[in-house]
Amino acid sequence: MSAGTDDTFRAGGTWRHVPPSLALAWAVIALVLMWAAVPALFTGYSGTEGVPGDQLQAPSAEHWLGTDGIGRDVYARIVYGAVHSLSGAFVAVTVGLLLGTLIGLLAGARGGWTDAALMRLVDSLLAVPSLLLSLSIIVMLGFGTLNVAIAVGAVAVARFARLARSEVVRVRGSDYVEAAFGSGGTFWAVLRRHVLPNSLTSVIALAALQFGSAILAISTLGFLGYGAPPPTPEWGLLIAEGRNYLSRAWWLTAAPGVVVVLVVLAADRISKSIGRNT
Amino acid sequence: MTSHATRPLLEIDDLAITYRTGHHDQRVVHGVSFKVMPGEVVALVGESGSGKTTTAQAVLGLLAGNGRIQRGSIRLNGTDISRWSQRRLDGVRGTTISLIPQDPGSSLNPVRTVGAQIAEVFRLHKRGDRRTIQAHVLQLLERVGLTPAELRAGQYPHELSGGMKQRVLIAIAVALNPALIVADEPTSALDVTVQRQVLDLIDGLRRENGTSVLLVTHDLGVAADRADRLVVLQNGAIQEQGPVREVLNQPRSAYTRRLLSDAPSLSKTPRRRPALSAESDLAVEVEGLTHDFATATGPFRALDNVAFKVQRGTTHAIVGESGSGKTTTVRSVVGFLKPTAGRIRVDGTDLTSLKGEALRQFRRHIQLVYQNPFGSLDPRQTIGQIVEEPLLNFDPLPREDRAAKVRDMMRRVQLPEGFLGRHPRALSGGQRQRVAIARALVLGPRVLVLDEAVSALDVTVQAQILALLDELQKSLGLTYLFVSHDLAVVQQISDTVSVMHKGRQVDGGPVGRVFARPDSPYTRELIDAIPGRRAPVLVTSPVPV
Repeated sequence: MSAGTDDTFRAGGTWRHVPPSLALAWAVIALVLMWAAVPALFTGYSGTEGVPGDQLQAPSAEHWLGTDGIGRDVYARIVYGAVHSLSGAFVAVTVGLLLGTLIGLLAGARGGWTDAALMRLVDSLLAVPSLLLSLSIIVMLGFGTLNVAIAVGAVAVARFARLARSEVVRVRGSDYVEAAFGSGGTFWAVLRRHVLPNSLTSVIALAALQFGSAILAISTLGFLGYGAPPPTPEWGLLIAEGRNYLSRAWWLTAAPGVVVVLVVLAADRISKSIGRNT
Repeated sequence: MTSHATRPLLEIDDLAITYRTGHHDQRVVHGVSFKVMPGEVVALVGESGSGKTTTAQAVLGLLAGNGRIQRGSIRLNGTDISRWSQRRLDGVRGTTISLIPQDPGSSLNPVRTVGAQIAEVFRLHKRGDRRTIQAHVLQLLERVGLTPAELRAGQYPHELSGGMKQRVLIAIAVALNPALIVADEPTSALDVTVQRQVLDLIDGLRRENGTSVLLVTHDLGVAADRADRLVVLQNGAIQEQGPVREVLNQPRSAYTRRLLSDAPSLSKTPRRRPALSAESDLAVEVEGLTHDFATATGPFRALDNVAFKVQRGTTHAIVGESGSGKTTTVRSVVGFLKPTAGRIRVDGTDLTSLKGEALRQFRRHIQLVYQNPFGSLDPRQTIGQIVEEPLLNFDPLPREDRAAKVRDMMRRVQLPEGFLGRHPRALSGGQRQRVAIARALVLGPRVLVLDEAVSALDVTVQAQILALLDELQKSLGLTYLFVSHDLAVVQQISDTVSVMHKGRQVDGGPVGRVFARPDSPYTRELIDAIPGRRAPVLVTSPVPV
């Protein structure tokens, strides 16, 4: 009970020492999350309907990031697109995290032929270029936001499995795990009480990192036309559509591109801070 | 041995050292002053955190990056070197002062040959051309007893044993005939027989060249054997210093008295034990225990036909050096390893025939306490959760009963209840080992296996844990299987003993008999190697149980 108050006290104390870059990273992620939750709060324009007569306007006070070929406000489209890109990345990371950690946990804890079989499967997944693998899965499942997310998640499974296994093997060899078996712990009880909690930290750091790369991968697939169909304002699709106007309206590609870059960098920064705290 | 006419070789005066952590300075050495005369061996003794290593590092100018000499002087042959730059110190290090580091395992460069690493000292200080250096290297290897020298010079560190690596480091340290050698725990990572050989070697080299030695050690036995003068440090301050004989015979400070009475190697009074009862009541019975490990070159026999019996309520010790098979033995006894052949009966049940659920159920009768209390407790659990966990593995108990048992166990191992909510990182090594003991005992086992359970602890903490174990044995009627490399501790606490050597049991029986009249020359050698036996005067101290 005293430990609880101690911990909260400590958390309050260290808050002041958060490096500015990390605070900025969290601010970026928080803003993007807010866009996804309540887009109407951030813009008065529609994400899908254009204003006639306002085509291809340069950034101005009225249209912060300009307008596209059919008069849609680019800033509004980015704000309304957040929910598509973020939920896609979220599903992808969840699929990768759950499946990958499960595979890694089983392989690391069981050892022997279970380990060998699972890890060779993971090796073969890693051997296929990730974009090619995602594309083949989408071709099998069909187009759409959810399918893209699953395809990106499947690629991440291998990475999560590898990391989880190495962590589990490390924890599995420690004295306290042997002591837990020695005091009569069953396989699953020891896994739940000791192995899982002690191997999760770096897996969660990887999840934050993968969140960034998932947004990138989903945007890539959206750019290639495998994701959500137009007029969905998904970020990758925005960049792809802006391509046609590259010489006349640079803001159509630059704005969503910069947003993707910022979110990926922020996720990377946060992932590093998680990894460092361990 | 101390010469009286000459001036001191090393004179440390009012030395204070701080370490900077975050934004504040923590002082770890408070005004330490002592001298080392030419040809003299001075031992800096103390427990972890006493500042002995920091002091030695300061002499060599090798303080960690955040360490700083706050005040005081370090005079070498009359010159204060405490404010010298690293570049200037390079001229002195290796030639006038040299270091024998603590851990032979990590102090040599793994990708260069031993010969090249010794030659480096001569090259750095520009002593001779290639050919003379090569001749010097071979001569040095001969001197430290690494023969054939030509072969050894071409070997890499991984091809040598721990003792041989330490000899290489000694060769490097004495290469340029320094006036002072700083030996920082030179043998604590080595087996006791190897330890003696290495200390003999340092002694011999010192006598040949009249070198002074500043010996940093936690082992009073080693210090008593090898030093002319003792400097006893506690919490960064000198408690007492003087000639070995004087300090050991009439310790002035209370701390030194406690250290002396806690050091198992210096106390010569074995614990009084009740006479062993009839053979019938056996807690552990091991017969023909044999274990083969599969290796690339065929099976390797780690244990060969080991047999011993332990009566209920007594302590049986298994002693041996690294690689002797003692760990394999206890891991078989607690059921973590399936032996190739043999029987292990605990409380009459043959453990080797159990597996799966039956083995799990049986575990409550025999529990293991590990050597390293920093690795055997889950860092994410609280002390309360750690001690409670074994109870969750068997018949469900109501929460209040479990809490009551945990509190009772905490009382028995003499830890305050306030610790229940803390994490292991907030506890010291000795406190953690108490937690580990509480966890092992909470199921009410009949047999407790202690695998080097006190070896990682400071001598005073070790004495407290041994006293606790003794008391628990009396109040709970426990049987101990005590694995150790430290014969002094074994002699102090056990009733019977098995001496292991290369997988075989070379000696066994009641402790008094084995120590007085060992069957094998190996046991004799082990007993002779216990540091502190050559101490000028044997200390008669209160029985530290």
